[in-house]
Amino acid sequence: MATIVMDDLHKVYAGGVKAVTGISLDIADGEMIVLVGPSGCGKSTLLRMVAGLETISDGTLKIGDRMVNNLEPAERDIAMVFQNYALYPHMTVFDNLAYGLRNRKFPKDEINRRVHEAAEMLEIAAYLDRKPRNLSGGQRQRVAMGRALVREPAAFLFDEPLSNLDAKLRVQMRVEIRQLQKRLKTTSLYVTHDQLEALTMADRLVVLNGGKIEQVGTPMDVFNKPASVFVAGFIGSPAMNMLDVAYLRDTGAAQGLSGLPQGTDLIGVRPDDLLLNAPEAPHLSLTGDVVLLEPAGSESHIYVSLAGSSQPVTMRVQGLPNVLEGARINLSVPLSALHPFASATGLRVG
Amino acid sequence: MVENDRWGSLFAHLVLILGVALVIFPVYVAVIASTHPPGTFVRGVMPLLPGPNALENYRTVIFEGRSRAGTPPIGGMLWNSFVMAMAITVGKLSISILSAFAIVYFRFPFRMFFFWVIFLTLMLPVEVRIVPTFQVVADLGMLNSFAGLSIPLIASATATFLFRQFFMTVPEELMEAARVDGAGPMKFFKDILMPLSITNIAALFVIMFIYGWNQYLWPLLITTDPEYYTIVMGIQRMVTGGDSEPLWHLVMATVVLAALPPILVILFMQRLFVKGLTETEK
Repeated sequence: MATIVMDDLHKVYAGGVKAVTGISLDIADGEMIVLVGPSGCGKSTLLRMVAGLETISDGTLKIGDRMVNNLEPAERDIAMVFQNYALYPHMTVFDNLAYGLRNRKFPKDEINRRVHEAAEMLEIAAYLDRKPRNLSGGQRQRVAMGRALVREPAAFLFDEPLSNLDAKLRVQMRVEIRQLQKRLKTTSLYVTHDQLEALTMADRLVVLNGGKIEQVGTPMDVFNKPASVFVAGFIGSPAMNMLDVAYLRDTGAAQGLSGLPQGTDLIGVRPDDLLLNAPEAPHLSLTGDVVLLEPAGSESHIYVSLAGSSQPVTMRVQGLPNVLEGARINLSVPLSALHPFASATGLRVG
Repeated sequence: MVENDRWGSLFAHLVLILGVALVIFPVYVAVIASTHPPGTFVRGVMPLLPGPNALENYRTVIFEGRSRAGTPPIGGMLWNSFVMAMAITVGKLSISILSAFAIVYFRFPFRMFFFWVIFLTLMLPVEVRIVPTFQVVADLGMLNSFAGLSIPLIASATATFLFRQFFMTVPEELMEAARVDGAGPMKFFKDILMPLSITNIAALFVIMFIYGWNQYLWPLLITTDPEYYTIVMGIQRMVTGGDSEPLWHLVMATVVLAALPPILVILFMQRLFVKGLTETEK
């Protein structure tokens, strides 16, 4: 149980590459923070700096009340789950879980109690005598979790723990990790490149890009009010459509745009907000040609090339819509669903 | 590959059998020769069937030796060879695994420089540096001692290099997980790296033991006291020692006995080797 406070953290590698530049973040006790971003955005580096596996070039890091900049990973009271699990291949599951406790000179019965407790919780009690290579991917993942659990640390650090699992197992483990974290109320820092994982698991999510924080907020905040073009494009799938304001004016939608904040020259529209039937509410109207219809079970994606600009947009509708590929269709966007951005800064306006 | 081709597989077997026969035949001759009485070889014909003198020949070489020709009983020489080979093997393995550990897992100045220096010595076999090495060993007063027999042969670039290559295939996350689990460098080495290297250690043990056992030139140079003779140089002394005709039956008995320990090491280590192969996983 602890807070984690990052104050202006920097990481500069020996070659001069800046992986993390000036990140400040306060993580509350028991909070689940998800760091999300494309590869190379510095999210893993940041996590490893918190873990103590990377040195901190500048800034201060506190876990609980202690400044931990110069402490070894083992002294920081954290536990980490690695992407490839990093289980000790020559040890049984029991020994894998017990290793950290043994190194800390815990009494034998305490080790036994904790390992069995964690094994029960993760439903791996039946496999305690097995070696990791005799386990399936999901079971290995649980053992890796167990190794973190038995320590009862101040914070859990997850480094893309689900990316080696197949899609179905990933969803299942995602739910289990989140339930477990809610039950234990342990402060957690979770790194992923999967925006869906980020949205579903986070209390607050942190979108990183180029070593900087783009936005911090609850998943719904970030989804509903992306702070920048980057966040808008990264969070949500299919990605948000970006429309040129100049183009919209040309199509005669000028009166609808008058309410937008000063300086807006890009408009973001979620695929869900593009409608085939015009709503009652004030809206913009567009026309375009259907390029491709992509049924995806309960929903469908329609790829449309807008008339007069051939700009591609994606829309998502429920069920299978009655449109033909190649046909011209009318689209509407409620004015309330427009996300105004300034292209010069890449930031949200207003 | 060729499949279900009867002639192909027949041919392959023929080639293999021929190869095996070529290797086995001299060994067979040695074993047969060691069972014959002294007179058999005077005619210059090697017998191909076992003779009646096996027990007596082996008893002679083990317990009596050829004291008149200056060759002690070979029991002592076998022991010397064993001690030397073990010292070389254990020394080589421990030093090379530690230096590989240092080179792979620690960031220190001139790390790569040291690696390449070690690597360069690969190109310098014992024979090249034998004169200066002899001088050093003599000055240190290590002639006629086990230390003199083994220490100069302990440094091994080959083993260091092989361990380094193996360590580099061990995922870095294992080391990081161990750090998070509170294991220091030496604890990580002992608890995780060593158990994972068992296969490599076993393989290198076999190679190094045979290398040490087969040392000929070096023991020949630095031992003058029969108490430190090794078996391989003992064979040579048996053949050339004395003015009489070499006693081939005794020489061959010695050869057979000299070949036994390496074979035993291979048989024994092979089990470990296979076990290591099937049970470890990175």
